[in-house]
Amino acid sequence: MIEHPRADELIEAVAGWVESIRPQLNPRDAFLSRVAVNALNAVKRELVQGPAAEAAAVARLSALLGVEGDIKALNAELCERLRRGEMGVETPGLVAALKAGIEDQIAIDQPSYVSVGSR
Amino acid sequence: MEVDIPSALAALAPKLGGTGVEKAQRLTGGASMETWAFTLVGGGEPQPLILRRRAVPMDPETSRSASMAAEAALIHAAGHAGAPVAPLVRLCEPEDGLGEGHITGFIAGETLGRKIVADPRFDGVRPHLARQCGQILARIHTIPLGATPLTTADARGELDRYEAIYRSSGAERPILELALQHLRRNLPPPLPNVVLHGDFRNGNMMFDPDRGVAAVLDWELAHVGDPAEDLGWLCVNSWRFGRADRPVGGFGDYQDLLEGYIEAGGVEIPLSRVLFWQALGSLKWGIMCLMMYSSYATGATNSVERPMIGRRVSETEIDLVNLLEAGL
Repeated sequence: MIEHPRADELIEAVAGWVESIRPQLNPRDAFLSRVAVNALNAVKRELVQGPAAEAAAVARLSALLGVEGDIKALNAELCERLRRGEMGVETPGLVAALKAGIEDQIAIDQPSYVSVGSR
Repeated sequence: MEVDIPSALAALAPKLGGTGVEKAQRLTGGASMETWAFTLVGGGEPQPLILRRRAVPMDPETSRSASMAAEAALIHAAGHAGAPVAPLVRLCEPEDGLGEGHITGFIAGETLGRKIVADPRFDGVRPHLARQCGQILARIHTIPLGATPLTTADARGELDRYEAIYRSSGAERPILELALQHLRRNLPPPLPNVVLHGDFRNGNMMFDPDRGVAAVLDWELAHVGDPAEDLGWLCVNSWRFGRADRPVGGFGDYQDLLEGYIEAGGVEIPLSRVLFWQALGSLKWGIMCLMMYSSYATGATNSVERPMIGRRVSETEIDLVNLLEAGL
């Protein structure tokens, strides 16, 4: 049953329209329109993938730090321990947890990005 | 303040040796600097020229840009040192009505990084580019330290500067935090300072399909410091345009870069030192992206480009994690 357009459908429609007018734009606006479409697509991916990515990050950081909290609090706690030198690259599980989290984030921000070390 | 660039250029034409300008057009790219192409007419053959001007007022507190006057002096000195540059035509005066800027000759070629790494037109020259870049950097690094007033920054100074910017942003990004701490504990031993281009990367060079590097552009981040900084910056993955497997600019290998550097008279630099600066480069670019996003969040600028650059912080973070995992 079709009830109302989902947020990601609205974004897709707007992105499609911006794409369609690009050929009429001057070079500067054509460039900015490409940036605008990238922005809309990132928002769309965040709507779809964001909740699961955040839940996974909360679970990982809670396990790593041994404390509970929301993503903001856990991030702040981790940063504080890194600043104080209580954790570093040698901390078991730290780099792996950070890597899993950033892989989810890049899948939202720039899914086509090929990171260093990958082939 | 909006400036009518085509009109200002037309008024300036007599001082450039012509009677008018045609086809003045802003080129894409560049969030802080504007680049315009135009053709000077009325002085014999029509002459294609390039205007670079500061698009937003310079903030000496957070910007490390050299003045356009210093940039102009460097372009001259770099040409003298044997580096390919677009010749300087005019350093803009206040009465030119163009703000802070300069005009150079137009060098034909391609600047788009993704074309350099992927377009078949560059297949022939691509294998030579890393070595060529090493040679050019060695020549730039021979520019006398006193050629023009520049700021000096070593690795510790760069970390201090970018950490301060990061702290003031209020962001809490664990990977940036980890990289800051790790790089601080692994500073390379000092080397004699040299004049650095400061932004030597794929995207800031004009490439010719036959000759390779035709001109080194965008000198505004020039400063004095560790020679490995320029080599490492060229290898930052954000400028490899999808070719992470070719560490030098997405077109070549570390060894060719380092050999070219020595061939043209540069000091021997170990790969580990380049990797340190590559990681510091990713960290700096991540923090710059945060800073550019801040300029949107605080209302200082309103282009769609600025907030979207904030979404590029994660690319630097995934590169940093991979470098740290590989035992940088």
